[in-house]
This record gives sequence, C-alpha cells and structure tokens, in this order.
Amino acid sequence: MSIKKLTHLFSLTLLLLAPAGLFASENAAHSDNGAAERKEYIKHHLLDNHDFHIIGNISMPLPVLFWDEGAHMAMSSVFEHGTKVAEIDGKFYKIEHAKIIPTDASGTPLEMHGEHPREVAIDYSITKNVVVIMLVCVLMFWLFRGMAKNYQQDLVPKGAAKFFEPLVLFVRDEIAIPNIGKKHYKKYMGFLLSVFFFIWIINLIGLTPLGINVTGNIAITAALSLMTLFITFYTSKSTYWAHIFWMPGVPVPMKIILAPIELLGVIIKPFALLIRLYANIKAGHIVLMSIIAIMYLFENWGAKGAFLGLSFFLNLIELLVAFLQAYIFTMLSALYFGAASEEHHHEEAHH
Amino acid sequence: MAIPNIVGAGLIVIGAGLGIGLIGGKAMEGIARNPEAANKIQTAMLIAAALIEGIGFAALFAA
Repeated sequence: MSIKKLTHLFSLTLLLLAPAGLFASENAAHSDNGAAERKEYIKHHLLDNHDFHIIGNISMPLPVLFWDEGAHMAMSSVFEHGTKVAEIDGKFYKIEHAKIIPTDASGTPLEMHGEHPREVAIDYSITKNVVVIMLVCVLMFWLFRGMAKNYQQDLVPKGAAKFFEPLVLFVRDEIAIPNIGKKHYKKYMGFLLSVFFFIWIINLIGLTPLGINVTGNIAITAALSLMTLFITFYTSKSTYWAHIFWMPGVPVPMKIILAPIELLGVIIKPFALLIRLYANIKAGHIVLMSIIAIMYLFENWGAKGAFLGLSFFLNLIELLVAFLQAYIFTMLSALYFGAASEEHHHEEAHH
Repeated sequence: MAIPNIVGAGLIVIGAGLGIGLIGGKAMEGIARNPEAANKIQTAMLIAAALIEGIGFAALFAA
C-alpha cells in the first residue's frame, strides 16, 4: 500500500481506538448499571491527578509537595491511588478528587467548609498536568531549536521542519502582521508562536486515550491569559492608556461614557480569552467521554455501534476545535498586542 | 420557585446558535457574491464565531 493509504488507515485505527481506555475496567452487570464506574472513568479523564496513570494498572507515582505550616514532600505512592491515609512528617493526609486534605488518623477531615473539607494551604506538587506541560515544553524546545539551527546552514527545511515551516509562516503572516503591523510584530512573535503551538499540541494530547486534560483546567488557561495581559501592559505605549480613557475622535460626552466601559473591557477581554479556551476544551471532553461511556451502558449492539460512530465524529470535530482554539487564542492575543503598540495617529476627520 | 438551570442553558444555546447561524449565513452569502474573497470571509467568520461561542460558554459556565 502507498504511504498515503497507510497513513489514512493508521489514523483511522487510532481514532476508532480512542474508547480503548475503558478496557481497563471490566463492566459486569452492576446494580446501578455501572454508573459509578462510568463517572469514575469520566472524572479520571478530566481531573488532575497526583499519579501518572498510563494503562490498566501501570501508573507512575509523582512527587507530592505542599505547604501546610512548613514544606512537606512525599512520593504519591504513599497515598496508593487515594485509598490510604498517609502520614507525612507526623500529620495525616489523604487525597480526594486530586486535592490533599489534612485529616486525623482515621481519615476524617480536620475541618469542613460547608460540604467540602479544607485542603492544605498551598499544593505545588508535580502532578500529571505539570509533567505533561514540562514534557511539551521540552518537546517544543527541542523541535524548534533543531529547526532554527538547521536554518543557519540551509534555508530549505528538512524533515519535521517541512511540516512546521508553513505553520510558523502562517502565524507570522496571517496572525501577527495583519493585527500588529509590520513595524512591531517581531518582538511579539516569540510569545505568539509559543502559545499557538503549546495550546495546539496540548489540545491534541488531550484527545488521546491517555486521559490528560491540561487546557481544560482553568488554572492553566488563566496563566496563559494572564501572560497575554502582562505582555500587553508591559509593551504598551503611553497612547494605549490615553486612548482607552480618552478615546480620540469622539465627542466629549461619549468619551466620558466610554471610559468605564473600556476600563471594564481591559479586564473582561483576558477573562473571555481564558473562559473560551477552558470551556471549549472541557465541555468537548465531557461530551466525548460521556458518549463513550454511554456505549457501555446499552446492551444492544446496534446502539453501541451508533454511539461508537458518534464518538468517532465527535473526535474529528474535537481535532478541528483543538486547532481552532489555538488559532483564536493566538489571534486575539495578537489583536490586543496590536492595540497596545499602535502608533499615535494624528486626529483627522476621516469619517 | 426557581427556574431550573437547564432552562437557562437552553436559552443560551438558542442565542449562541442563532448568532453563529446568522454569521454563517451572511458569510455564505458574501462568499457567493465574491468567490475571490472567500478566504478573508472565512477567517472573519471563524473569528466572529469564536467570540460568540466564548460568551456562550461563559454564560453556560455560570448557569
């Protein structure tokens, strides 16, 4: 078979095997039709985790570091996948829903806030998400550094650069230059490229059956959007703030009305950036996981087949969404940078 | 009597669907009138759709 046909066949098989993550848990006829198991499966895919669970029973324990009146460190194997109450430095802790909760020796939480137990003050463990982010950063660094070094010898790309060069040029020509302008786009290119490939690669990783959901975590998208915000503030010219609070070219009463709205806009724009990525990815994963889990609910094979097909198409759509969200995030960031670095035009009556 | 959350979610979906549908429709009209500008229109359509979806998700999140 030609390479093209092989690639098609391979990707088809991969996509169809996405529900393979469920093979680990056998599904007998439980009293509640396995609903608890399905919830567990969906939750495992969505939440962060203190172990790195690969397949079946193979999982890698990760270091757990937190601050609870003093820094503590342990390996998460002491928690044994959340079943045991561990004693660390004299105090007892247990892990529930990926949070570390100080408890007494028998496992009851020390304090409750309403329905939720109090967690430790600061939890900076190396959890699954952190490991994946670090891996992706190393991968991106290795990939693009290799490309850059290659360009010093020969302008013609080789190997993986053949795939990534059009993408890099796409970010420069379609996202950066139209929004920021030819004068200033260079200093933003580093961030735009990084964020574009970071979000795209991580979204794609989230679609594999490994159950790694990084951008569906509001803390991570908040960090990305905060970076956009800081870069906008840091590289903004003085005219940026002047234009926000005193927009040129409109009559004075309008200016006074516009000022608070624009001020709100400064906060809302990164917030929308954050929510957009987070909700898109998280909702997509929830729907996909639910449909895959429903497959195991029905006994009728026709229904199972129908849901398998539906999950296949949803997976395809999720692939598109992975790219689209990366593109939209980068483009809106470029838009904000462009607004920040706008030159001061002299006011003309050009309407 | 509190209105159940799901009714709110349904309204949000109607709003977002209407918005994106309108944009998609106008975009198609634009492309039909001027096939050469298809790329630019498509880009603009995707941007607008993403913005609307952003609001939709934010609201869905709150509901």
